[in-house]
Order: sequence, then structure tokens, then C-alpha cells
Amino acid sequence: MTIIEVENLHKRYGEHVAVDDVSFSVDKGEIFGILGPNGAGKTTSVECIEGLRQPDGGTVRVFGLDPARDRTALTQRLGAQLQESALQEKLKVAEAIDLYSSFYENPADGDELIELLGLASKRDTQYRKLSGGQKQRLSIALALVGNPEIAVLDELTTGLDPQARRDTWALIESVRDRGVSIVLVTHFMDEAERLCDRLALIDRGRVVAIDTPDGLVQQVGGEQKIRFRPSSRLDESVLAAVPGVSSVTWDGDYLVVAGAGDVVPLVVTALNNAQVAPIDMRVDQANLEDAFVALTGWQFDAADQQKDQG
Amino acid sequence: MSTTTAQHTASKIRYPSILTKVTAVESKLLLRDPATIFFGLIFPTLLLVGLGSLMPDFREADPDLGGLRPVDVYAPVALTLAIVTVAIAILPAYLAAYRAEGVLRRLATTPAPPSVLLNAQLIVNMVILVIGSAVAIAAALLVLDVERPGNIGGSLVAFAAGTVACFSVGLLISALAKNGKAANAIGMSTYFPLLFFAGVWTPGDTMPSGVRAIADFTPTGAAVEALSEAWIHGGWPSALHLAVLVAWAVVVGFIAARTFRWE
Repeated sequence: MTIIEVENLHKRYGEHVAVDDVSFSVDKGEIFGILGPNGAGKTTSVECIEGLRQPDGGTVRVFGLDPARDRTALTQRLGAQLQESALQEKLKVAEAIDLYSSFYENPADGDELIELLGLASKRDTQYRKLSGGQKQRLSIALALVGNPEIAVLDELTTGLDPQARRDTWALIESVRDRGVSIVLVTHFMDEAERLCDRLALIDRGRVVAIDTPDGLVQQVGGEQKIRFRPSSRLDESVLAAVPGVSSVTWDGDYLVVAGAGDVVPLVVTALNNAQVAPIDMRVDQANLEDAFVALTGWQFDAADQQKDQG
Repeated sequence: MSTTTAQHTASKIRYPSILTKVTAVESKLLLRDPATIFFGLIFPTLLLVGLGSLMPDFREADPDLGGLRPVDVYAPVALTLAIVTVAIAILPAYLAAYRAEGVLRRLATTPAPPSVLLNAQLIVNMVILVIGSAVAIAAALLVLDVERPGNIGGSLVAFAAGTVACFSVGLLISALAKNGKAANAIGMSTYFPLLFFAGVWTPGDTMPSGVRAIADFTPTGAAVEALSEAWIHGGWPSALHLAVLVAWAVVVGFIAARTFRWE
């Protein structure tokens, strides 16, 4: 069942086109990712879904509601975690949960949420004294406090340390298991790959592709690279003849075999037959990042990610 | 039809109950701020009682003041100081910070409209002002033997008009300031001139006549004059002073409403 429908969404700020032409739909129960570099138009797109911004063109429907017009009805059913927002400095964690839950007809159990998000020891701590990760978890708790059917989470793990990121991922999966559909905005490849059932790749205000993470990788070939040092001299043509192998090249002492499909067991078998052992063997799967680069022509900016994490 | 259903569903949580809840939370937060407690609740009384008991001549009838004691003349000044302190020195910083830090925006994603936070802040600050003023009045009457207001109705009208005028200025500052710090800076550079025109340093007729002419057209100068007329002289605030206060309230309030941004 489709619960979010975005068609030809267009949004500009003055001369600057933030979202050019974006269409996608989200099904009930899935984790739908919106992936793209900074400034691609991800946040603006979800702000139109949350009813925070009025589109300049196209239509957005959430449960059949127009977010810009039916804000009050929508907000009872959609919870949002914003990229840049804060709470009152001296508001305590438990007070924030209690305050926000009073806005909803059918709120979640606040204590249970505090427990679930690991904030039990911080109940009486003021917002300004929380760490970045604790603020982020409180923000997620507030997005869930209304018992929403959809949670929209924008740059959920930006600013978190690696352990906190993994904890947050597990949390999101458990939220989905409770029946909440999730729209996840991210510019982290690993996050999208790990969490999303389907994702839309957005670049310069347009959707480049929509598919499962695996599907996206397959779309661009999905090659694997096998890299090893042969234990003894080996005629490369033996490997080039293996079905599925597309190239065999030397990299110093190492042999690099690229190919698709069941190429790994076939290459290992061929090596076995030639009585050669692959030393230090490593298999590199093409990943979302390769797919992204292939689909957009952009090198995904690693430095940019570093900066955001720091 | 679907809109009707949606509105029906949404009406289960009513605005008054949300406003009550948010107001309760905001008052708790204000009370966690020692500066707010001091400046909003204690400062006007402290100044009045401090001057009245420490300054040697403050409780002596002064022929220059038409036989009144300086402390009598100072009571309306202290009330105006209470108004302008809450309206300019406390309120704008809160509102500007709530916008700059995304508190209002965060609220916009919930069934509570962000305006509820603004209204709650106005209510809480008004309550602080009323309490702070009540304490100052009680101190004036009981400790400093100031005469009871000659015209209570006129005093209330003057107090209300002065409050609305000053709060409009405060709202304009919170609309113009980029963040809480900027609101503080603009607030302070507005606060002291307004205190000056209220006569905090030169109360009543001790204010030079040239300055008085300007002060009559400022929200605090007009408020002090309107309050003095009703409290000390038992009359009604003059049309000029009321018109000045209403003009500040309407014009500045309108500009504030037009320039205020929720994010």
C-alpha cells in the first residue's frame, strides 16, 4: 500500500532551484532511503512531505492528505526528526517527552520510549547538557512520541560516533519492526546500504534511480574484483577463460580478476585445477558508492563526509 | 468531505489545552533562569526600596516637586521599569533564540502550531510583570508610605497601554534579531535609552525640559507620564500620552507581525 506519493515535485528559493523534478512513492512498512550528496535537494523534498514547505510545482500526498493544507491531520500520523532543530535549553528530557506527547491523540508510552532510546539515566538532564548523540536520540524519541505511522528522519546519524551510529541503526530497525514506515534522508552510503529496503538516489534536484540497494548495484553491472598473489606461476588465459570473467590484470605481484555472477567459486575452482593457491585473497563487491558514481558521474565526496562526521 | 473528517480528528486536542501545557512548561523554564527571577520579579522593588531607604533626601518633601517626595514621583518610574525590563530585556532573547535554534521549527512538525510558544511566552512574561509590579506597588505603599493611586482605573489604563506599547517594541526586536545573542544586544541598547526616558536617572520634573519633550513621544516616557497623572494627581492619562502609547503598540506591533519569521 502506497502511503506517500510525490509527483514531479519542484521547489525553488528565489533563483535557486532546490528541487527540480522529484517523483517517488513510499510503501507501508518499508524503510525508504533518500540518498544524495549535500545540496541535492533531499531535505527540501522531505520538508514538503512534512508540510513545512509549500511546493512550487507537482503534488505531494501523504495518506492522501496534502501536507501543506492538512497539517493538523497529518502531524497526528507523521513524526519528524529535523536536521537542524533544538529544544528549549533548560527543558529536561522527561519534560520534553511529556510536553510533546500532550500534543497527540494517541501518544506512545513516554517511559518506554525513554528506555528504548537509552535515555533513562538522563531523564532529569536539561537539553543543553546532553551530548550530541543524546540530543539526537531525544530527537528520535520526539519523532516517535505521537505513535506515528510514518517517521521521517533527516540525517539521523550525522555527528554521532561509530558506536552510536550502529546503535541508532539497530534502533531504527526495531522501530520498523513495530510497524512504522520510515523515510530516511542520508548522505552516508553505508547507512543507506544497511538500512534501506528501497532508496531514491537524488542528485542536483532530480531522481537518478530508485531501486533496492542491491538492485542499484546490479544496475551498474555489479562486478566483483578478486585480488590475490598466485602461489606459483600461472597462465592468465586459464582465468580469462572462466565464464563471467571480464578482465584479468596484474597489479605488481597481485593478479586482479574482475567479473560478474558466480565468478568467485568458478575462479577458485580454476585455480585449484591449475594447482595454484590464491594467497592473501580478497574479494571486493561493487557497492552503492560505485553505483552512485556510475549513475551520477560524480565522485562521492569522502572529504565532505568526514567534515560532516566531525 | 475528507477535510471535514481531518478537522474533526484534529479537534480532539484543542488549542487551549495545548496552550495551557506549553505555558506551564515555559513558566517552569523561565523560573530556571535566575536572571529572569531577579530582573523580572525583584529588580523594580529593589530599586524603589533601595533608593527610598538609602538616598538621604528621597523621603523628604521637595518644593521642586510641588511638595511631593522623590520616592512618590519614583513609584510610577519603577512600574515602567518593570514593564520595560520584561518586554525588552527578557522576552526578545527567548523568542529570537527559539526561532534561531529551531525550537519553533521543531514544533511545526507536531500538531501544536509554533504560535503556541509565542503566546505562551507572552502570557508567562505578562504574569511575571504583574507579579513583579504588584510587589513593587505593595512595597511603595507599605514600606515607603506612598499614597494609594488617586485614580485606580486611570492607573490600570496607563499600565496596560504602556505594557502593550513596550511589548510591541520587544516583539519587533525578536523579529529583527538573528538569534538570542543579537536580541540581547539590540535589547540592551534599547533598554537603557528607554530607562533614561522613563526618568530612572532624572525622575519627574527633574528631567530637563528639552529631554522631556522627546520623552513624551517614547513608550516609556509616555507611560511614566500617564501613570503619574493617574496615580499621583488622581486624574486620567492625557490624550497625548495615551495616543503615543497606542501608536507605538499599533505601528510597531504591525511591523513586528509583518517581519516576524517562524524560522
